[in-house]
Amino acid sequence: MEKTVNQKAWFLVLPVLLLVAFSAVIPLMTVVNYSVQDTFGNNQFFWAGLEWFEEMLRSERMWDALGRQLMFSGIILAIEIPLGIFVALNMPKSGFWSSFCLVLMSLPLLIPWNVVGTIWQIFGRVDIGLLGYTLDALGINYNYTQDILAAWVTIIVMDVWHWTSLVALLAFAGLKSIPDAYYQAAKIDQASRWKVFRFIELPKMMGVLMIAILLRFMDSFMIYTEPFVVTGGGPGNATTLLSIDLVKMALGQFDLGPAAAFSIMYFLVILLISWVFYTVMTNLDKREG
Amino acid sequence: MADMTVNQTASRGLSLPKINSRAVVMTLYLLFLLLPIYWLLNMSLKTNTEILNEFTLWPRDLTFANYATILTDPAWYMGYVNSLIYVSLNTVISLAVALPAAYAFSRYHFMGDKHLFFWLLTNRMAPPAVFALPFFQLYSSVGLFDTHIAVALAHCLFNVPLAVWILEGFMRGVPKEIDETAYIDGYSFGAFFVKIFTPLIASGIGVAAFFCFMFSWVELLLSRTLTTVDAKPIAAIMTRTQGASGIDWGVLAAAGILTIVPGALVIYFVRNYIAKGFALGRV
Repeated sequence: MEKTVNQKAWFLVLPVLLLVAFSAVIPLMTVVNYSVQDTFGNNQFFWAGLEWFEEMLRSERMWDALGRQLMFSGIILAIEIPLGIFVALNMPKSGFWSSFCLVLMSLPLLIPWNVVGTIWQIFGRVDIGLLGYTLDALGINYNYTQDILAAWVTIIVMDVWHWTSLVALLAFAGLKSIPDAYYQAAKIDQASRWKVFRFIELPKMMGVLMIAILLRFMDSFMIYTEPFVVTGGGPGNATTLLSIDLVKMALGQFDLGPAAAFSIMYFLVILLISWVFYTVMTNLDKREG
Repeated sequence: MADMTVNQTASRGLSLPKINSRAVVMTLYLLFLLLPIYWLLNMSLKTNTEILNEFTLWPRDLTFANYATILTDPAWYMGYVNSLIYVSLNTVISLAVALPAAYAFSRYHFMGDKHLFFWLLTNRMAPPAVFALPFFQLYSSVGLFDTHIAVALAHCLFNVPLAVWILEGFMRGVPKEIDETAYIDGYSFGAFFVKIFTPLIASGIGVAAFFCFMFSWVELLLSRTLTTVDAKPIAAIMTRTQGASGIDWGVLAAAGILTIVPGALVIYFVRNYIAKGFALGRV
């Protein structure tokens, strides 16, 4: 659509600008402030320069958390994206069963995140949980509070349970926008099922899939509540992801300087990824006209 | 003609087992989704003795006592009231400021519009963990700590950008000629916006409201950090089931089930727009 230039449109945007400035810029400035100062308590601060940043960059703790975070995001993307596409391909296209599936699939998305954690914490318990009890009865040694592997499997299965539907819903929306003519043409050419997927469905889903991948990456990158409720970051530090580590540092130990430096670097990474996201999306918008 | 009928029957004959395999996949997936929820529901209807001493797939000794505990104790049900208050406040504030902004983004070019749009998006992507401590200090210093409005404003951080993006996606679908015709007919901007434009994007407003509601409802880190007693959300109250005598599993499960209810109730109405909402209005 042709847009006209109109500087007065700023007045329409002003409320958003003020509100988001209040709830984003002021807090961020506090963080910046802390990140360059040190304190001996009693609200006496003095300039510390980039000391905290250097300390954080040298700290193994942060690099370990970042490594675990990347591993977590990588694994859940590798499972959720293909599984989501597969589910979308198998969904009924229209009618009652389509709505039925849509509603049931959306259910996990609407559960408060700590309840998601609670559900899986209970579900995986060997004494009272269906999953834990069944695995135990099958003779598999499963204990997510003691065993690192079991803890990781639990939080990954939990995330797959929680968010695969999002990928499936987006892929389904992409599939539905493909006109029937494409499939008829493929039938005339006697294209195999794989070729229909590879050359018709996948390219047509690419736009929404990019959104799904980036959303899942971002949200898994800042995940806090669900793994915290299930494992509390343990056993040891085995499932301490970036946000869990940050909250531990800022609100638990009140190490304001390092936590603030950590926050800023965390935020810069997010900013970089958001920029990629934005570029991809605006390019997609342009291609569609 | 004869060929076509043969072809059709052939393809129908082939697609019959395919439909079955689809049904199998969907059944398995939905089972996977529903099993943990079923288990929670199952537990919420049992007594603690049954939960801890027997392993039963359905409640032998059906009880609603766990739900009764929650619905009669103000310390419990006020959690739901608090959550609903700040979630509704947040939805209203987010929509009120996002509507004009989304209109501006969808209709006009102005200085810095692209940068502003991007900056809004970065806030949707900002990790709540980064903001927890500064929010705590900000709202304490202005005397809003432990109030509903503080949580509602804090959640605006990610809900306002989301609402702007979703609404902009819907508004772009409305032809600009409608605006121009209305202005020629002598409508002022305000009258046009309320009387003509708002009804046209009603479904978009519904979807944006649903997503604001949802993300404010599921968030815990910020709402827990900003409240202690008066505005404590239900999700945070759930942790208090850990008493001296161990965890009250039945009540915990019942509280969990009750938090699923509001989402489950409204989801039917937006089922066809959920994907569009998650794609920030871009499907």
